[in-house]
Amino acid sequence: MSDDQGKAHWAQTRRLMAVMLALWALFSFVIHLPVARLNEIVLLGFPLGYWLAAQGSLIAFVVLLFWFANRQDQIDRAHGFAEDD
Amino acid sequence: MAFKNDGGFINNLGKIYGIYTVGFLAVVLLVGLLEYLGVPNIVLGYIFIAFTVAVYAFIGIVARTSQVSEYYVAGRKVPAVYNGMATGADWMSAASFVGMAGTLYALGYDGLAFILGWTGGFLLMAVLLAPYLRKFGAYTVPDFLAARYGGTLARLFGVIVLMSCSFTYLVAQVYGTGLIASRFLGIPFDIAVYAALAGILVCSMLGGMRAVTWTQVAQYIVLIVAYLVPVVILSTQKYGVPLPQLMYGQALSDIAAREQQMLQQGLATTADLRSYLTPFLSYDRVNFFALILCLMVGTASLPHILMRYFTTPSVRDARKSVAWSLLFIFILYVTAPSYAAFAKLEVYTNVIGQSLDHLPGWITTYSNLDLVKIHGLSLHGLAGAITAARDAILLGAKDWAAVAPALQAKGLGDALAAWDQMADPLKQWLFTTIAQTPAVTAPDLFQQAIHLAAQQAGDTSGLITNRALTLDHDAIVLATPEIAGMPYVIAGLVAAGGLAAALSTADGLLLAIANALSHDIYYKMVDPQAPTARRLIVSRAFLVVVAILAAFVASTHPGDILAMVSWAFSLAAAGLFPALVMGVWWKRANKWGAVAAMAVGFLVTLYYLFGTRYYAVGFYEVWSGLSGASPADIEKYQSLKAAYEGAAAELKPAAWAALDAHAQTIANWFGIKNISSALFGLPLGFLTLVVVSLATRRPSPAMADFIDDVRRPRGKELMEGGRLLRDPR
Repeated sequence: MSDDQGKAHWAQTRRLMAVMLALWALFSFVIHLPVARLNEIVLLGFPLGYWLAAQGSLIAFVVLLFWFANRQDQIDRAHGFAEDD
Repeated sequence: MAFKNDGGFINNLGKIYGIYTVGFLAVVLLVGLLEYLGVPNIVLGYIFIAFTVAVYAFIGIVARTSQVSEYYVAGRKVPAVYNGMATGADWMSAASFVGMAGTLYALGYDGLAFILGWTGGFLLMAVLLAPYLRKFGAYTVPDFLAARYGGTLARLFGVIVLMSCSFTYLVAQVYGTGLIASRFLGIPFDIAVYAALAGILVCSMLGGMRAVTWTQVAQYIVLIVAYLVPVVILSTQKYGVPLPQLMYGQALSDIAAREQQMLQQGLATTADLRSYLTPFLSYDRVNFFALILCLMVGTASLPHILMRYFTTPSVRDARKSVAWSLLFIFILYVTAPSYAAFAKLEVYTNVIGQSLDHLPGWITTYSNLDLVKIHGLSLHGLAGAITAARDAILLGAKDWAAVAPALQAKGLGDALAAWDQMADPLKQWLFTTIAQTPAVTAPDLFQQAIHLAAQQAGDTSGLITNRALTLDHDAIVLATPEIAGMPYVIAGLVAAGGLAAALSTADGLLLAIANALSHDIYYKMVDPQAPTARRLIVSRAFLVVVAILAAFVASTHPGDILAMVSWAFSLAAAGLFPALVMGVWWKRANKWGAVAAMAVGFLVTLYYLFGTRYYAVGFYEVWSGLSGASPADIEKYQSLKAAYEGAAAELKPAAWAALDAHAQTIANWFGIKNISSALFGLPLGFLTLVVVSLATRRPSPAMADFIDDVRRPRGKELMEGGRLLRDPR
């Protein structure tokens, strides 16, 4: 486990972290900003702005977390820092 | 016993909890059958609660342990999925189960801030904290702070923040448990609270984290079944499809249509009707997003949740486990808005517009618990006022105006408060009635009292109008089965679910507090040589003491404490988040930076919370330049202040109350509400950490290696049995 591996591992981990935080901010805040406009679109009775806050963002959070767990594991394995199975 | 051989138990988890779930459903059907056969409701309530609590107690007892690592972190062998379920139960409190749908019911779109805030935080936790703390191998959150930031001071600050955010939270859970037990078992609240205490202790005392983990899994199953069943039935009844999460779109449209209809029929006015789907009516845009941020960051820093991820077998499992937790939490949170929408539609169509003379039965039931009011009047409140008047007559009060002074002279504060809730004409009428027929009871008078109260409010329609009806947030989930006319077995099921939610969270919190006291304070600071047996005895003793203290506080009906629960998130966010996150992500962060950041974040937040709530006038005087008050608000403040200053001595208290109430609405920085106060403490905490760290000495190279180890899943934990394997200082 050379120090270079360690640096590369952490650089990739940091990049993944930044991507996750950006997506987190997107689904927590950004997509809810134009809620009034989005509410004009109605699907199955749901005004879209309401639906995004009640369900859409939540679904995104769950999917993102499973994706993240996998992705980080790949990074750990690629650099030899994963735990033995 | 399965627990004696953990390997067998862990390998058969699916089977064991599968059988348990089937058994639970069988009990639900059995109770339904008993109800059909005419067994009284109160007996059904007892069967439900006794069965579920007995199961929790059984698990709590067979999972007992005398090993430190089992006691503190369940031996670190809880599979990701099951830890996810346990975390779900740990996380979803009485407030989520009982209160969330009610909040959405009351606030409409704006209530979704809680749904978003209480789910998105898990992203922060998984990405920034949980896997790293798991790799470190601590028993408690302060353990990590102490190791990373060299010593006792950081640990002590961590414990202080942990205690401040966990204890009020715990009291609220005990309170919720007492409320549900008293409603469904028909025992007085003060006794129910101590009964709840027994239910909480039996799960945690003997087996610590191990017992709590496996009871929480059982509690998750009960609470999720109980949450879904009524609303699935509602959805099927109304729209023929048992998928409430999809079908409530239709309900939302129907609500909007019914709102217009109520306005046209004069059942509601634009002043009292808050459109359900229009955003930013309760919170303005800034406060809505500030609240989401504070709840999210708070979620990610709550010690009793973080410590659940110490129990997974590996770092990889810790990450997966956060994802599973969120999935299990998602199931409830995505359903809560449908609960609220169905309840709203039901109340709008089947309650509003009915005659005041034909109140539905559930209104009487919940009015008795003070959860439903008609024109500000509940059966509970009326009963209190009747007792007060009777006492005053015994004390020699000759007319209605003499009641309050008579009660005051005897120091009967509670009675006085109950009496003063009534408007004057009601007091007058009540006094005359009781003077003539002293034996009269609240149900006899309720009908008449309501009509009087309606007249008093200028509502002569004789109907239940929109503004007449006040539903407490807690009533929505508990009462929906009855509102929709479902059999009592469903109401009992919901009660069992609410109890499971409150008990599981209470256990997690209790363990977090007791572990901080026994491990961080006693073992790490007072007696580092303590043998294992003594550490466990001390921990159990703290468990009992903290639980009794919480039950005692809950039994005093502490209204303020319940309101303070929402503070926990801001305190955890501002007090812990910067130090924890930077501890992993910034090698340059050092002891002084972290200690200063915890102090600044925590104190600024505490100052804002207390200042804006309890010292609003003083807070506004100091910070009027930063207040978000409008010119009209400022003018009103000035006139109220002048009125207070000019008031005669005996009128001062009333004038002060008016001034203080108004000041609370304008005592703020930039209009940010009290509940989102971490919005200031959090960035200040980060700033302090960076500035102070850079101004003081760089951490040692050993510390840099230590952090590298925390960042890499491979290799051993850095702590074992609660002791650091190598000190990085």
